[in-house]
Amino acid sequence: MSNYTENDLEKDLQNQEYKYGFVTNIESDKISVGLNEDIIRLISSKKEEPNWMLDYRLKAFAVWQTMTEPEWGHVHYEKPKFDEIAYYSAPKQSKKYESWEDVDPEMKATMKKLGISMEEQMRLTGVAVDFVMDSVSVATSFKSKLSELGIIFCSFSEAVKEHPELVQKYMGTVIPTSDNFYAALNSAVFTDGSFCYIPKGVRCPMELSTYFRINEGGTGQFERTLVIADEGAYVSYLEGCTAPQRDENQLHAAVVELIALENAEIKYSTVQNWYPGDKNGLGGIYNFVTKRGICERKSKISWTQVETGSAVTWKYPSCILKGDYSIGEFYSVAVTNNYQQADTGTKMIHLGKNTKSTIISKGISAGKSQNSYRGLVQIHKNAKNARNFSQCDSLLMGDTCGAHTFPYIECKNPSAKIEHEATTSKIGEDQLFYCKQRGLSEEKAISLIVNGYCKEVLNQLPMEFAVEAQKLLAISLEGSVG
Amino acid sequence: MINIVNLHAEVEEKKILKGLNLNVKAGEIHAIMGPNGSGKSTLASILAGKEDYTVTEGNVEFDGKDLLELSTEDRARQGLFLAFQYPIEIPGVSNVNFLKSALNEIREYRGEQPISAKDFLALVKEKSALVELDSKLASRSVNEGFSGGEKKRNEIFQMAMLNPKLAILDETDSGLDIDALRIVANGVNKLRSPKNAAIIITHYQRLLDYIIPDFVHVLYDGKIVKSGGKELALELEEKGYDWIKEELASNAD
Repeated sequence: MSNYTENDLEKDLQNQEYKYGFVTNIESDKISVGLNEDIIRLISSKKEEPNWMLDYRLKAFAVWQTMTEPEWGHVHYEKPKFDEIAYYSAPKQSKKYESWEDVDPEMKATMKKLGISMEEQMRLTGVAVDFVMDSVSVATSFKSKLSELGIIFCSFSEAVKEHPELVQKYMGTVIPTSDNFYAALNSAVFTDGSFCYIPKGVRCPMELSTYFRINEGGTGQFERTLVIADEGAYVSYLEGCTAPQRDENQLHAAVVELIALENAEIKYSTVQNWYPGDKNGLGGIYNFVTKRGICERKSKISWTQVETGSAVTWKYPSCILKGDYSIGEFYSVAVTNNYQQADTGTKMIHLGKNTKSTIISKGISAGKSQNSYRGLVQIHKNAKNARNFSQCDSLLMGDTCGAHTFPYIECKNPSAKIEHEATTSKIGEDQLFYCKQRGLSEEKAISLIVNGYCKEVLNQLPMEFAVEAQKLLAISLEGSVG
Repeated sequence: MINIVNLHAEVEEKKILKGLNLNVKAGEIHAIMGPNGSGKSTLASILAGKEDYTVTEGNVEFDGKDLLELSTEDRARQGLFLAFQYPIEIPGVSNVNFLKSALNEIREYRGEQPISAKDFLALVKEKSALVELDSKLASRSVNEGFSGGEKKRNEIFQMAMLNPKLAILDETDSGLDIDALRIVANGVNKLRSPKNAAIIITHYQRLLDYIIPDFVHVLYDGKIVKSGGKELALELEEKGYDWIKEELASNAD
């Protein structure tokens, strides 16, 4: 019997290398590859968009054409061939399902495999989910319950049609189309995503969650998320991502904008598990994402991310602390193994007085991977009494990986207080030996040590997510020591 | 309990153990003393399964099994415990979480159900009292920020929690003041039973005032060169190790 558990565990871990690598066999409506104005018009017409939306796209496309791909990141990869990507792919008959019963059985099976059990969520209150597969949002749960409170939680395309005034008012206000190369590209070709609006004084009673899934080959995923918390509102938002195992590199270029009005609070948590490529660095997702939030007076935005997937990650969830007494937080665990590369961190832009920011970044590198933290703390001249605390820790496993830290501080107000701490450590053979001597297997030991190291960040995640994240960490680092 | 026969071992081609024999039966406590560099800690590490050492000859039978064939974790699960000379820190992992994980892996290995939260807490309470360990330390990260004495007490606490058949205490007395020494010894004595055994590695006779050994062995140059009762420890304390070296030299002539 004891043999069973041992072998079982071993098998489990072997099989769990990347358990989301399957493809759903579902017919899709995919437009031809390439990128030009016609394609953009086609996307817009497929989505039956109003003219203002098309104009927005075309302007963004014009801007994008004048831009060049950024090269300052500490990552090396073959640049995506933008002409060879299909910019729109949707599961066929993808009109929004009216009820759960209408959902395609294949789709239901996919969700089940991914651990999103909408059926269960239909019964239990807990998390409202928007499921985005390839280019479109497939299903959103709990809509009616939320709408009783005036909360809008729907796909981005639906918001464009149903709530154009909100979309027009806020879209692009935090991340303008010209912000950077990938944000511009996204603004031109984005296909769907999530939209969320919490009205004044409302505390959203459940976690809102979007699950992103790339299914089709040869496509890119360009989703857009816009979360608006009106005055005094509160929302906790979760985001999860997976993709099938393919030899090609697929591009994921998302834009997420958060708007926290006076006294509002947004908690945004991500567990990113895009396909990371195989052991030899073949395939995997390029995850080039722009995420930023703006804080009005006394509001708070908190980003928590657990990044285990993607071949290349380039991502800096940031806060513009515009209002006085506003607070920005960034908690991050980034794991790289095999040939993965991550360049991730945050920007905290202090504009208002008495603004406060906290950065806790935990990098874990294994295999032949490269893991960089890149952060900017910027105190503007009117930001009296601004405060920042940053802590950037790196954990190395083995001696063929790299950890790098690029902290930037720009301070234009002498009353600011900025603290920065950084450490680099290795999972020691001694720690492993100590754990094993107490009867722990190597897998369990690594998982304990790594979870201990990441504790401050994992504590920020909602309970269910935290459990998932812990498992993910263990799987991502499987076999990386000794 | 454990029978070590003609054990030879080396690290980086340097021979450290050169034919060590030791037989420990259930219910016994054996003390191993010896000058610096005689191989005491190496013996502890090899028995626990540290990979840096290569066993070149000999065999070790532990509770009817070939110990050297078992992995480090399986040795622990079979009931071998090493109290480290330098306990390791594991930041962010609470002592209780660490012990619960360890205890449950050991139970799973033995085909037992995981311990219930209630039973576990009761066990923590009982065993931490045994070594007078502040309950706050039980919930703090493993050894992180512990004083030298607290780390050693924590080792004995872990030992009490895991209830091993054979405990090896590697210089547990080093760096302890007299009070801590008494507490640690007290803990070990309370755990003493006809079913388990202990090997106590020490430099000084002091600890043996509190933990009375059944046998005392002198390890010198990779071998046990002299064995006796507890009075041997007193003799060593008084006369040092030189007389043994001389005795060996004259025997060799």
